[in-house]
Amino acid sequence: MPSRIKPPMGEDNGWWWEQAARDKLVIQRCASCEVLRHPPRPMCDGCRSLEWDFVEACGRGSLASFTVLHHPQVPGYEYPLAIGLVDLEEGTRIVTQLVDCERDDITIGMPLEALIHRDDDGFKLPVFRPARESEA
Amino acid sequence: MPSTLRNQAAIAGIGQTPYSKKSGVSELSLACQAVSAAIDDAGVRPDEVDGVVTYLLDSTDEVEVARAVGLGDLSFFSQVNYGGGAAIGLVHEAAMAVASGVARNVVVYRGMNGRSGQRMGAGVSGNIITSDVIHWSWYITYGMMTPASWVAMIAQRYMQEYGATSEHLAHIAIAQRNHALNNPNAAGYGKPLSMDDYMASRLVADPLRLYDCCQETDGGCAMLITSAERAKDLRHPPAEIRGVVQASPRGQEQMTSFYREELTSLPEMELAAKLVYEQSGLGPDDIDAACLYDAFTPEVLMQLESFGFCGKGEAKDFIDGGKALTVGGRLPNNTHGGLLSEAYLHGLNNVVEGVRLIRGSSCNQPEGVEHVLMSAAVGVPTSALILGKAGGP
Ligand SMILES: [Zn+2]
Repeated sequence: MPSRIKPPMGEDNGWWWEQAARDKLVIQRCASCEVLRHPPRPMCDGCRSLEWDFVEACGRGSLASFTVLHHPQVPGYEYPLAIGLVDLEEGTRIVTQLVDCERDDITIGMPLEALIHRDDDGFKLPVFRPARESEA
Repeated sequence: MPSTLRNQAAIAGIGQTPYSKKSGVSELSLACQAVSAAIDDAGVRPDEVDGVVTYLLDSTDEVEVARAVGLGDLSFFSQVNYGGGAAIGLVHEAAMAVASGVARNVVVYRGMNGRSGQRMGAGVSGNIITSDVIHWSWYITYGMMTPASWVAMIAQRYMQEYGATSEHLAHIAIAQRNHALNNPNAAGYGKPLSMDDYMASRLVADPLRLYDCCQETDGGCAMLITSAERAKDLRHPPAEIRGVVQASPRGQEQMTSFYREELTSLPEMELAAKLVYEQSGLGPDDIDAACLYDAFTPEVLMQLESFGFCGKGEAKDFIDGGKALTVGGRLPNNTHGGLLSEAYLHGLNNVVEGVRLIRGSSCNQPEGVEHVLMSAAVGVPTSALILGKAGGP
């Protein structure tokens, strides 16, 4: 069974995927000025501090834009493949997969919630689905 | 203060190979053929060429071309980064070299087996961990690995915000295909495209359909840049460089500048427009024709706004069903067919067409062209160029 292409695990990004493997969606935070940033980078572009930690995201967000991919079809992925650009409640943006929805359910601005998806080979990554009404 | 590059250099020679889906020759061969044709077109000897510039993504190094073509002693060689964003960066390098006296005759080229060899749509991956590989991994891991997928994300939001539809995109695709019908070198030659054909074509990356996406091409093209003074003595009317700039605004990434506040405009093109108008002393009203980078149709809509031909969100109306972008319209655009319908030579073939428009030799030549605007790739660190006729303002 082909599986998805895995991210390289470098100093600047590997820690984020390790948190995903522990079922957490996290956001890097400058330890000096406390500004959040994503994707992670080694230096804060506001105060140039190299010190950082991270916070766990609340998991709520809204859809800033999206695409649904049809072609080419790469082994290890299922098509049509819905990809979302999500504004997290904390203020950062993330590119992610949209699950539990059809093309016609997807609208810019819709509320979303995060969950951790586990591939058959055990790899975990944060994805988003339409927010459940009961939680609204 | 604007730079001093205005009117210092000119494009004096253009050359290209046949464009095909399978060249059957090496990328080095394509580059050599294109460079050789550009030198002959200008009417300079190979040993007079002392500068060579290409894309960082080109597989053929400058010295390989120089050795194969028999160029002279080189005092300037360089490669420009960021894929199609380099298309005009090459001209920028050459113009600076000529203006500063570092080199006298600079050739720029792109030779690629873009269909039969490494395809852009195949995505990107690598084994060595660099910041570049990590950058792409935020998207590839999720399955977003083609230029179409990255551009679709921006196009979707833009189209929803301003009410642009598939019909508007189709009008751009069809206008350029109609241009290609007069261009025997074009992939779209002899292949008319109707609205029905467009609507029936498959979705690639929603909202992009097949005909919103550029060609994949085997071929090469090249240009020779020299001083504006010298160009006057060469074979063709020179295409003088009124303004040439690179632009990468704060927060810029490669293809995925998704984290900027503004998702419905192109900050890199707005910066390029500001700089190129400033340097040239010209504005949108002075531009008679354009070759706006068109790897994907929505990029044309958005750039019409970046370069000030209309206000934000007005491009769908500005194009007037495609009529504004054809001969006789306000802004004939990609009169050779562009990347959509002529060939995808990473944008450099659009610059070659810009030179033809100044010479008056386009296969769809509009009347009275004094100034032509060209842009390089959208969504990356990019570049822009305004060419003018010798003796003009
Ligand atoms: Zn900071």
